[in-house]
Amino acid sequence: MTIDEAEERLDRAFAALGDPVRRAMIARLSRGEATVNELAEPFAITKQAVSRHIHVLEAAGLITRSRDAQRRPCHLNAAALEELTSWIDKYRLEAERRFRRLDEVLESMKEQEK
Amino acid sequence: MNDTAITAQPGTPFIDVVREFDAPRERVFRAWTDPQIVPQWLGPCGLTMKEFEYDARPGGSYHYVHADERGEYAFRGVFHNVVPDELIIQTFEYEGAPNQVSLQAARFDDLGGGRTRLHMHSVYTTVESRDAMVASGMEHGVRDSMQRLDELLAR
Repeated sequence: MTIDEAEERLDRAFAALGDPVRRAMIARLSRGEATVNELAEPFAITKQAVSRHIHVLEAAGLITRSRDAQRRPCHLNAAALEELTSWIDKYRLEAERRFRRLDEVLESMKEQEK
Repeated sequence: MNDTAITAQPGTPFIDVVREFDAPRERVFRAWTDPQIVPQWLGPCGLTMKEFEYDARPGGSYHYVHADERGEYAFRGVFHNVVPDELIIQTFEYEGAPNQVSLQAARFDDLGGGRTRLHMHSVYTTVESRDAMVASGMEHGVRDSMQRLDELLAR
């Protein structure tokens, strides 16, 4: 993936998240898969509107839908969301990775001290 | 799980990092100062350490170079004070942004039970250079999007 493609993907993801209904849907899916009807439940909007929101999230790569099952439940694409948050919070992520490596180093030092 | 708490209050030139470790203070301090051990954990993932000099004594200095397929990233600084098992005060400079030197104080607290709390306090010369550090790799104009995502993630 080129830098431009990565940028475009981020643009689409951010645009998709620029809507309170879609954010609520993502929050719901972070707790587990859900059908279109289940996703629509908390909102006083038409099923067509819900489908449109789902399509936007799908096009942005933030969610996927099962092809085979009759219910076609939606799933959160955790990797895409992680990419988004890691890009935003790069500093924190780098620090955390560094410290996790340090955790491992400390553990191996403990073995050597025995 | 030991979470990393990072505080960077808007409008201040500080970054505070607090992290606990499942290891006694002496070991954490050694991992932080022994030139044989430091390269095993310091620096971003996926980067190779090309050069590494590290003399963690009062008045000592350090210099290291990370490399990936895009280029090299060099860092340097001096150790102002090193109190065994307790405290390290050092300067930090990314050579890609020369003379944007920050001052870092790392304190190691013995929590008992073989646990240690690290508290790193970094002071930058300007709020702007602090922000640049926090936002390294980030594009302009994404603050609104970030706030939106913050809201999302806070739910």
